[in-house]
Amino acid sequence: MNSRVVIINIFRWIVLLFIQIFLLRNMAFYNLSTPFIYVLFILVLPFSTPNLLLYIIAFITGLTLDTFYDTLGVHTTACVALAFVRILFISVSLNREAIDEPEPSLGNMGFRWFSLYAVLCIFAHHIVLFFLEAFKFTSITYTLGRALLSVVFTLFTVLLVEFIFHNRKSA
Amino acid sequence: MRNLWIFLSRYNAFFFFIIFFTVGIILTIRNNVYQRSVTFSSTNEVVGTAYKRLNVIKRYLNLVQVNDSLAAENAALKTQLLAIASIDSTQITKIRDTISHQQYTLISAKVFKNSVTLTNNIITINKGIKDGIMKDMAVISPIRGVVGFVQNVSENFATIRPLLNQETAISVVLKKDNAFGSLVWGDDNFDYRKAQVKEIPNHYKVKVGDTIVTSGFGGFPKGIEVGRVTNTISTGDSFMTLEVALFNNFSTLQMVYVVKDKFAEEIKSIQPEVKNEQ
Repeated sequence: MNSRVVIINIFRWIVLLFIQIFLLRNMAFYNLSTPFIYVLFILVLPFSTPNLLLYIIAFITGLTLDTFYDTLGVHTTACVALAFVRILFISVSLNREAIDEPEPSLGNMGFRWFSLYAVLCIFAHHIVLFFLEAFKFTSITYTLGRALLSVVFTLFTVLLVEFIFHNRKSA
Repeated sequence: MRNLWIFLSRYNAFFFFIIFFTVGIILTIRNNVYQRSVTFSSTNEVVGTAYKRLNVIKRYLNLVQVNDSLAAENAALKTQLLAIASIDSTQITKIRDTISHQQYTLISAKVFKNSVTLTNNIITINKGIKDGIMKDMAVISPIRGVVGFVQNVSENFATIRPLLNQETAISVVLKKDNAFGSLVWGDDNFDYRKAQVKEIPNHYKVKVGDTIVTSGFGGFPKGIEVGRVTNTISTGDSFMTLEVALFNNFSTLQMVYVVKDKFAEEIKSIQPEVKNEQ
């Protein structure tokens, strides 16, 4: 991993968390659907990131979010779950030796692979997030509905951002 | 050993996941008031129901004591009734509307779960929001003595922070000369039959055997007998500490009365910052 990749990722981390904390935190459709764009940062970390490092990065990212959301532990746990699903999906769907792309972005991996990958990861993240937030199974349909609607919203924003940057690179 | 190592490193993603996920959950439960209260509180419906079952047996075993206490209470009430009956009602000319001035109402509740051995004891009772119980209401013992304050309420259950808890402080006075003090428990004293009254000014002459009653501030009706002074300790400054033998026995507590104060909301609204002395 060279220093350029590190700098790009740090830059991405700052920008995405800034947008999440100062803009998207105040945004929701009827309190049902909230976008969590910051997961994109963990989604597009390079393939070569070791597992332990990936978990630590996810943990710290979640912890930072929690500090600003005043929900210590909730985002942290959700991000760890996301990291786990990411590792699982990559190891199942791709051959480790045959990967010649640096990171799993939309431009590198194609729309079909990336969208499936994003859906699964975001789904895991949101399920853990909303159930930990509600912390009970009595209002399961409401919690599940919130999680699913938020998955749609987050996925939309993630794909939007990816498309914008993808086009700019190839142009 | 080598095989174990290979196994661990092959599935490292999973083990890391378990570790980090557990840390996350622990953080969530430890640092968020809501999640913690749902997880650990015995107002939790599952735990509450379990204790309810268990209590059926315990209640049966304690029937003798409960009978005795009820008989004693009956006797006390009958005495009062006799006193009222002896009043010559034809003499009274002025009608006093006692209903609209009645400040306190009592709600009786059964104790499910109780402890006296911990440093911060908690009592769980079988009445909740449904029965009109609200947070910070005062709780008294059926015969003599105070119990504590309502801490947490759910639909059907409530927890009480009794006097036997280091966070509880009850405002009391000496019955004979109204010297104010604060009744606390747990300062080098973990005997459930004893408590301490702090901050009584030194110039009051307190004798062993003097009665301590509630002051009427913070939820408790005025004049409930709390205990008897057994010892006085001078602290070196201008206040002294009294050791008090409590009238009520926390270890055999079966029933409690929750005191509903009609003016609690109103009083709270004009003195919002008073917190420590309840």
